[in-house]
Amino acid sequence: MAAVKDFNGKVLFLDRSDINTDEIIPAKYLTEITKEALKPYLLEDLKMEGFDPSKDLDGKSVIITKSNFGCGSSREHAPWALEVNGINLVIAENFARIFRQNMYNCGMMAVELSSDEIAALFSEFSGEETTISTDLEKSEFTLSSASGKSKTLSFTISGFDRTLVDHGGWVGYADKKY
Amino acid sequence: MGKTIAEKIFDAHRVDSPEEGISVLSLDRVFCHEITTPIAINDLVSRGMDRVFDPDKIKAVIDHVTPAKDSKTAEQGKIMREWAARHNINDFFDIGRNGVCHAIFPEKGFVRPGFTVIMGDSHTCTHGAFGAFAAGVGTTDLEVGILKGVCSFKAPESIKINVTGKLKPGVYAKDVILSIIAKLGVNGATNKVIEFCGPVVEAFSMEERMTVCNMAIEAGGTCGICPPDATTVDYLWDFIKEDYADKAAALADYSKWNSDDDASYAEVIDMDISALEPVATFGYKPDQVKTIAELEKTPVNQVYIGSCTNGRIEDLREAAKVLDGKKVADSVRVVLSPATPDIYKQALKEGLIDIFMEAGVCLTNPTCGACLGMSNGVLADGEVCASTTNRNFNGRMGKGGTVHLMSPASAAAAAISGYITNSSLYKG
Repeated sequence: MAAVKDFNGKVLFLDRSDINTDEIIPAKYLTEITKEALKPYLLEDLKMEGFDPSKDLDGKSVIITKSNFGCGSSREHAPWALEVNGINLVIAENFARIFRQNMYNCGMMAVELSSDEIAALFSEFSGEETTISTDLEKSEFTLSSASGKSKTLSFTISGFDRTLVDHGGWVGYADKKY
Repeated sequence: MGKTIAEKIFDAHRVDSPEEGISVLSLDRVFCHEITTPIAINDLVSRGMDRVFDPDKIKAVIDHVTPAKDSKTAEQGKIMREWAARHNINDFFDIGRNGVCHAIFPEKGFVRPGFTVIMGDSHTCTHGAFGAFAAGVGTTDLEVGILKGVCSFKAPESIKINVTGKLKPGVYAKDVILSIIAKLGVNGATNKVIEFCGPVVEAFSMEERMTVCNMAIEAGGTCGICPPDATTVDYLWDFIKEDYADKAAALADYSKWNSDDDASYAEVIDMDISALEPVATFGYKPDQVKTIAELEKTPVNQVYIGSCTNGRIEDLREAAKVLDGKKVADSVRVVLSPATPDIYKQALKEGLIDIFMEAGVCLTNPTCGACLGMSNGVLADGEVCASTTNRNFNGRMGKGGTVHLMSPASAAAAAISGYITNSSLYKG
């Protein structure tokens, strides 16, 4: 069984919906055959005013964003590009189906919160450096800001998604089971 | 309570249900191409699990970048070739015989009503045109599909779209699906199957149905499905005639998959397309759709005709009707890629290739290339392309480029005029 991944760290807030897979990792990098080679190109084509991947990604381990994150292509290079940059957790209102499945298949987490909860996180925390810590047993996130704000929220993931996270992904689980 | 097509296919293929609402399905087809499969192959090798569940159910092609453009794409092709050979995957389409996956696999008769199909490619939803459940998946799902012949899915809710009315001249299946996506939004069908029904869809050829189902993913849909009917049987007949006494017997068998009258849907949408005008996308999301008239005179630098959406023979015929006897505008470069070698040969036979070459169109071999900005027609920063493909995402056909999605006839009209305009100006 692969090790359970790390779901803690500094948060990157992306205030946009429908961020697609081509923005997460452009197709021209799909000729790479190692995950590590994708590292410099994460979010290279993100269309968002003022976003600079060379600065804004630095040290970030969690993304909080709006709706329909990961729409478009089936490329698992999108979660891989996140993974090799140390980002194993994306929190959003909802996700595109294939992207969401790819995340859990890799033992990563794509967690849905309500639009009200997401809006509150943006208004309370996106203005300053924020760190998230994840308690998988309690299914809770705790956000802490540089200025001392703190907030704990519970989340729900399905039992099957949790099984994949615990197994570090789908391949190991499926090979044993089927 | 009756069942939808998707629910019937799930019931017939379920091998496990690890949790309420999750089904692990057995797979009738696992399709593979050289962009998403090599990493799955390498991972299987590194785990000591370099096996395939059934070489006859796996079909593979090199289509995204072919011929190889550099050492990296050459390596991807090499991994596919060697893997296909060592596992006796006989339906492997390499250069000279290869075409765009979602055009060549249907052409070879690989998809049947009631089948389950996965591929590491989001436009796998195309194959739902045959009354199959066909879904794009990531490399890990593909890897497990190759190894074990299974894939997990959430229970499929369906949206039924009942398309009625009569298409105006110059309005095609592409205009219909773009209008549907505009209505649903890019997130409107996420985790859902879109069932395309009604007299307009019933009158559509298999090629038109594939154009429609191809773009189900652009509304977030898991799969687009058209109910199998006599058109489906006619298309498949050469491949199935040993299995059935006659076409009526095949139709009777395939009809068992059709949704029951009392099936339950997440949503039922009635759409009369009689007033529909030719349309195209603007901006960077496929649900941003305007009429060609509203976009009239938008200058383009490039026109691209091809892809798994609109690179089939009927698409080439429509483009040729517009381009016949005309010249491509000096300000535009036009790239056309017939989606398969058979389509290319048929276009040659019908004189379409002559029409294109006389007009000043650059013909390329069958490949996905330009659609995703990988080869054969990448845009420069600030350039605009009128394209028959399926995605207008930021940077899709080249960093800093803009893509307007439209029908082949509308794209051909842009080729002649140098800007977006109504194709009916040039016909006849």
